[in-house]
Amino acid sequence: MKVLVAVKRVIDYNVKVRVKADNSDVDLANVKMALNPFCEIAIEEAVRLKEAGTASEVVVVSIGSKSCEEQIRTALALGADRGVRIDTEDGPDSLSVSKLLAKVVEKEAPGMVILGKQAIDSDNNQTGQMLGALLDRPQGTFASEVKVDGDKVQVTREVDGGLQTVELAMPAIVTTDLRLNEPRYASLPNIMKAKRKPLEVISPDDLGVTVSSNLSLLRVDPPAERQAGIMVGSVDELVEKLRNEAKVI
Amino acid sequence: MTILVIAEHDNNELKPVTLNTLSAATAIGGDIHLLVAGSNCQAVAETAAQIPAVAKVLLADNAAYEHQLAENMSKLVQTLASDYGHILASATTTGKNFLPRVAALLDVNQISDIIAVESADTFKRPIYAGNAIATVQSSDTVKVITVRGTAFDAVESAGGSAEVAAIGEACDAGISSFVGEELAESDRPELTAASVVVSGGRGMGNGENFDLLYSVADKLGAAVGASRAAVDAGFVPNDMQVGQTGKMVAPDLYIAVGISGAIQHLAGMKDSKVIVAINKDEEAPIFQVADYGLVADLFEAVPELETKL
Ligand SMILES: Cc1cc2nc3c(=O)[nH]c(=O)nc-3n(C[C@H](O)[C@H](O)[C@H](O)COP(=O)(O)OP(=O)(O)OC[C@H]3O[C@@H](n4cnc5c(N)ncnc54)[C@H](O)[C@@H]3O)c2cc1C
Repeated sequence: MKVLVAVKRVIDYNVKVRVKADNSDVDLANVKMALNPFCEIAIEEAVRLKEAGTASEVVVVSIGSKSCEEQIRTALALGADRGVRIDTEDGPDSLSVSKLLAKVVEKEAPGMVILGKQAIDSDNNQTGQMLGALLDRPQGTFASEVKVDGDKVQVTREVDGGLQTVELAMPAIVTTDLRLNEPRYASLPNIMKAKRKPLEVISPDDLGVTVSSNLSLLRVDPPAERQAGIMVGSVDELVEKLRNEAKVI
Repeated sequence: MTILVIAEHDNNELKPVTLNTLSAATAIGGDIHLLVAGSNCQAVAETAAQIPAVAKVLLADNAAYEHQLAENMSKLVQTLASDYGHILASATTTGKNFLPRVAALLDVNQISDIIAVESADTFKRPIYAGNAIATVQSSDTVKVITVRGTAFDAVESAGGSAEVAAIGEACDAGISSFVGEELAESDRPELTAASVVVSGGRGMGNGENFDLLYSVADKLGAAVGASRAAVDAGFVPNDMQVGQTGKMVAPDLYIAVGISGAIQHLAGMKDSKVIVAINKDEEAPIFQVADYGLVADLFEAVPELETKL
């Protein structure tokens, strides 16, 4: 079975983003970029499936400008076998991304597609689900456990009330939650090896997809700042303030 | 144009977050239909019919919808979609699971997790863990939207008498099935709906120490939450995680205990009205958003707090 993993280049999760002065967008100039943390978990899961003998090949796809090849190389260093970049401007919308991925899936015919449940920049949490719908394949979203059993896969999902397990006919789409696994670090030899692994670049035209969007970003604002609070010296003072000043207890 | 809202429920009870999502629908404006899709969920439809904001309840009662599997739900909503200009669901793990499929089937984008309605086609939503608020406009023929419940006041739940119309369609995609679930049992209020939340982080040290927080919570009628670190360490289950990738809460009072205040955690709680932080590190970033900060060892401060409430 082949496993396809879709990954996104995003702002490093430790960086607090700033809004541009003209409110047109956030400012990503000179900001540290990285692999989306949920995508890292997706790669790790695919590599583990390969190490367990369940998967035969791990193909990693990213969509964007040349800069996202850095993240594809990271994925290759973590154990993916080959990479595909679909050449677009950065940040196509989720529907376009899903359409492009659906074409790659048709071409590559993987038994499973693993994606992160959300990208920490747009926070949309929708690409995997959209891909499932376009392909008419089942999905196990927010996965904390993935168990392949023949031509079926059982996915345990993190839901608001606790955990839910579903069984999906393969090919299936899986989106990762934080507790699915703990991603490894890439070793130096593997980083060197990754440089020689194949990385193919294709265009949306090659896939017969036109990238466009009916969504426009009108403006971006910083969130309302909280007023600076005070430090209290004791539990007594805290209780007194909550009772008499904030009146919340 | 009419708006379709998809009800959040467990086949027995309508979940309160539905009332918040209906509130977003009223802000958009237009007749509102509420879809109750489930199995043996007549009682939910009856409750829903009493909501004055709802003009009509659509009841799809079929085994195929019992667990609201995304594959089946999305096909059902697709069959209904042509009558509507907006389709809304709550940004819960249920709504987030099936609604993007609906959007893709209708060849439109989803506008995720909105916190404000500017007009019928323009919405505000947080991006970058809430460190920026985007205003987005959609020219799609049908707007498919998930709603952050805490950002909208609930609509009235009683006094109406909407018609309940049964939907015959049984959309069973046949490619997925429910195996089982482990749901947390708790007598405390639900995290996203509670007016007081007490949360613990890695500083709690282990799961047993969360008893300290449960005692405080029970005095305050509060729900108990946690940071990701506390969940990852196995102190408490995943459904307690507050943050960018966990639950969004906005109670009147949020008490953060032994939580450092990473941006991903703040994303889930910084819209709380009053924030209290108890942490032994005076440099902890949580103090920057706290209205009342107490630098103390939680193992002394929390038991003392419990006795003084
Ligand atoms: C993709 C991604 C998504 C994430 N999503 C979330 C999310 O949704 N929610 C979330 O919470 N995190 C999330 N995180 C993790 C986040 O970055 C932090 O790692 C996490 O919030 C830290 O949890 P903590 O504050 O409990 O632990 P720590 O940062 O370790 O802080 C523990 C605090 O406890 C204090 N402490 C220790 N002992 C005591 C004591 N005896 N008395 C008083 N204080 C004490 C310490 O001073 C410290 O400030 C995410 C991370 C990533 C990469």
